[in-house]
Amino acid sequence: MITELGHFALILAFLIAIAQTVIPLIGAHKRWPGWMSVAEPAAQAQFFFVAFSFGALMWAFITSDFSLRLVTLNSHSAKPMLYKIAGTWGNHEGSMLLWVLIVALFGATAAVFGGGLPPTLKARVLSVQAAIGVAFYSFILFTSNPFLRLAVPPMDGQDLNPLLQDPGLAFHPPFLYLGYVGLSMAFSFAVGALIEGRVDAAWGRWVRPWTLAAWVFLTIGIALGSWWAYYELGWGGFWFWDPVENASFMPWLLSAALLHSAIVVEKREALKSWTILLAILAFGFSLIGTFIVRSGLLTSVHAFANDPERGVFILIIIALFTGGALTLFATRAQAMEAKGVFGLVSRETGLVVNNILLAVSCFVVFFGTLWPVVAEMAFDRKLSVGPPFFNMAFTPFMVGLGIAMPIGAMLPWKRGKLRRACWQLRYVFALAVAMMVLAFTLQTGRSALGPVGLFLGTWMVFGAFADLWMRSGKSSVTDRLKRILRLPRADWGKAVAHSGLGVTIFAIAGLTAWEAEDIRVAQIDEPFEVGAYTMVLRDVGRERGPNYFATRATIDVTRDGKPVTTLYPEKRDYPVARMPTTEAAIDYKFLRDLYVVIGDPQNNGGWTVRTYIKPLANWIWGGCLLMAFGGFLSLSDRRFRVAAGARKSNVQGVPAE
Amino acid sequence: MKTLFSALCLSLIIALSPFATAPAWAVEPDEILDDPALEARARDLSKGLRCLVCRNESIDESNADLARDLRILLRERLTAGDTDDEAMDFIVNRFGEFVLLRPTTGGANWLLWAAGPAMLLIGLIVGGGFVRGRARATTKSEDALSTEEQARLKAILEE
Repeated sequence: MITELGHFALILAFLIAIAQTVIPLIGAHKRWPGWMSVAEPAAQAQFFFVAFSFGALMWAFITSDFSLRLVTLNSHSAKPMLYKIAGTWGNHEGSMLLWVLIVALFGATAAVFGGGLPPTLKARVLSVQAAIGVAFYSFILFTSNPFLRLAVPPMDGQDLNPLLQDPGLAFHPPFLYLGYVGLSMAFSFAVGALIEGRVDAAWGRWVRPWTLAAWVFLTIGIALGSWWAYYELGWGGFWFWDPVENASFMPWLLSAALLHSAIVVEKREALKSWTILLAILAFGFSLIGTFIVRSGLLTSVHAFANDPERGVFILIIIALFTGGALTLFATRAQAMEAKGVFGLVSRETGLVVNNILLAVSCFVVFFGTLWPVVAEMAFDRKLSVGPPFFNMAFTPFMVGLGIAMPIGAMLPWKRGKLRRACWQLRYVFALAVAMMVLAFTLQTGRSALGPVGLFLGTWMVFGAFADLWMRSGKSSVTDRLKRILRLPRADWGKAVAHSGLGVTIFAIAGLTAWEAEDIRVAQIDEPFEVGAYTMVLRDVGRERGPNYFATRATIDVTRDGKPVTTLYPEKRDYPVARMPTTEAAIDYKFLRDLYVVIGDPQNNGGWTVRTYIKPLANWIWGGCLLMAFGGFLSLSDRRFRVAAGARKSNVQGVPAE
Repeated sequence: MKTLFSALCLSLIIALSPFATAPAWAVEPDEILDDPALEARARDLSKGLRCLVCRNESIDESNADLARDLRILLRERLTAGDTDDEAMDFIVNRFGEFVLLRPTTGGANWLLWAAGPAMLLIGLIVGGGFVRGRARATTKSEDALSTEEQARLKAILEE
C-alpha cells in the first residue's frame, strides 16, 4: 500500500513539476505576479511528494518487501540495517529517485531562501530547476520505475553487491549527488539570467553559495569514494582514472573554476559570460557523468544499468538542456559586457589563470576519457587510455596551479605588483626549497616526485597562511594574531581550502614516491621484516558474519622489539551474491598507514601476505576534508548571512498582493 | 574502483567453473623473479599493461587468471633477455594496442596527446587577450554610477 502511495506521489510530483516549469515562466515573461508566485509553493509541494515517494521506497527496503522487483534484485533479509537503507540508492532506479529528490530539495531551498531575488529571476530560476526535474521524473517513470511489483514474490532477495556493503560507500552516492545536482542550481541561475538578460554583481553573489555548496559536497563525495577504494579493494589504490571517477572529477574541476570566476563577477563585474558558460558546462558535465555511468558507452565497474534505451533517454536530456542553454548563451552572451577594469597583474588575472588551468585540465580528462570511443568510431582502432596517460597529461596542470596559487591569492584586486607578491612569499619559498632539499638528502636513489611534491605542498600550505598573515597589517605579533582571528570567515575559508589542496597534492606525491611493498608466503609464527617493522602471522581462522563467511588472519606487528599493533586482515565470501572480497587490516597512524592483506593458503603451507607501508595516506583525505571545511567556512561567512537577513526584512516589507 | 569489475568477472568465472577454487590475487609470491632488478622492471611494465578481461585495470593490480598469465609471460620474456621495448612489442603484437594503458603517439593518437597543450595555448591566448583588453579599457564606468544606481542612492540618502 505504501509502495503504491509512493508511486502515486512520484507521479504527482512529476505533474507539479510540469506546472512549475510552465506557469512561472509565462508569468515572468508577461509580468503577472500571480503566475510567478506559483513557483514557490509548487517547489515546496514537489519536494514534499518526491520525498514521500523516496521514503516509501526506503520503507520497502527496510521491511524487505520482496514483492518489489527492485528490492528482490538488490536486497536480502540478512543484510545489516544500514545497508538495507543504503540499498535504496545502491541501484540504478533508486539512485535516480535520489537524484530527482535532490533536484527538488535544491529547488525548494531556493524557493524558501530566495526571498531577496528579483521576482522575475526567481520565477525563472525555479522554472528551469523544475524543467530539469520534469526530464528526470519522466526518465524514472518511463524507463526505470522503482515501484514495479513482481507477480510472484520470492522468499528472499539476491543481495546487494558486497563491495557496496560498506559505510564509506553507503554515503558516497548521496554526497556525490548533492554535488552534481547542486550544480543544477548554478545552471538554473545561469539560464534564468540569460532569459532575463541581466548578470550583475548581485547575480554573482546569489550563484556563489550554491556553487560552493555543490563543490563542497562533490569534494566529500569523491573523497569518500576514493577512501573506500583505498581500504576495500585490497591493495590501497585510491584513484584509478576510471571513466566513472573522471565523470565525477570533471564537474569538480569545473565547479572549482566556477566558484572562482563567480567571485570576479561578484566583486568586479567582469568574466560574466564566461561564468555563465562555466555554469552551463559544469552541470552539462554532471549530466554527461550520469550518461557515462548508465549508458554502457564506456565499460566501467559502476555501470549498473547498461541499457541502450536509458542511455538514449539521458542523451536526449543532455542534448536538450546543454544544447538549449548553449544556444541561449550564443544569442544572449554579447549583451553581457564586462564593467570592471583591471591591470595585467591583479587578482582578476590570477583568477583568469586559475580558470584556464582548471578548465583545460578538465578538457584533458574529458578528451582522454572519450578518446577510446572516438578512436574506435573514427579511426577503427581499439585502444585504451589509462592512468599512465592521465598522470602524464593532467599532472602538469596541477603543478602549474600549485605554483601559481599562493601568488595569485596574494595579489590585490585591480592592480598589483608581481614582484611585491613574490617578495612577500620569500620565506615560504625558502622553507619549501629547504623541505625539498631535505627530502632529497634523506631519500637515496628514488624518484624526484616526493621532494617536488613536498616543495609544492609546503609552498601552497604556508603560502595560504602567509596570505592571512599579510592581511593583518603592520604592528606587534600579538596584535596581528588577534586581527587574523577576526578576519572574515571567507578569508579563512580560502586559506583553509587552499592549504587543503596543498596537503592533498603533497600526500599523493609522497605516497606514490615512498610507498613500500612486500609480497610473500608467510609461515605461521615465522617473523618477517617489512621496512622497520617485524611481522608475525600468528593464526588463520574461519569466522562467520551476518551474511558472509570470513577467513581471518592474526598478525602481530612489532618495531624494535616493542609491540605496535595486532592486525586482523580478512577475506570474505558472500554466498548469496557469490562474490569474494578482501578486507585489508590497516593500522592508521599520523605519518603512515600499515596496510596488510591476507591472500591464499599455499600448497606447501603458509599464506600469501601482502604488506604495504603507505606514508601520508591519511593526508590525502585529510586534505580533502580541509578543502571541504574551507568551503563550509566560506559558506558561513557573514556576507551571505547578512544577505539572508536582508532578504527576510525585504519579505516583510512587501505588501500582500 | 575498476577492481570491482574484475571482481565481478571473477565471481562470474567462479560461478561458471565447477573446478574453480579460491581466486588468485594480484602478483603472487611464486611469480616474483629472483633478480630484484628484473622484477622491478617487470612490475613497472605490467603497470602499463591492461588486463583484458577486467577492462580498466592493469595486470599488476588484477586478480584475474588472464592477468596472471600475462604477468608470467612478461617475466618470461624479460628473463629470456628482452629489453623493455622488445617485451612490450611482443605483447602488443599478440594482443593488440588495446593492452597499452598509455596509448602510443602514432597515427591519430597525436590528437590525444596534443589536445591538452593545444587547448592550454588557446586558453592562454584568449585569456591574455581578454586581460589585455580589460587593462586597456577606459576607466569611464569604473567609479561612475549608472543612472539607476544614482536614483537609488538619492532615495537612500533622502530617507
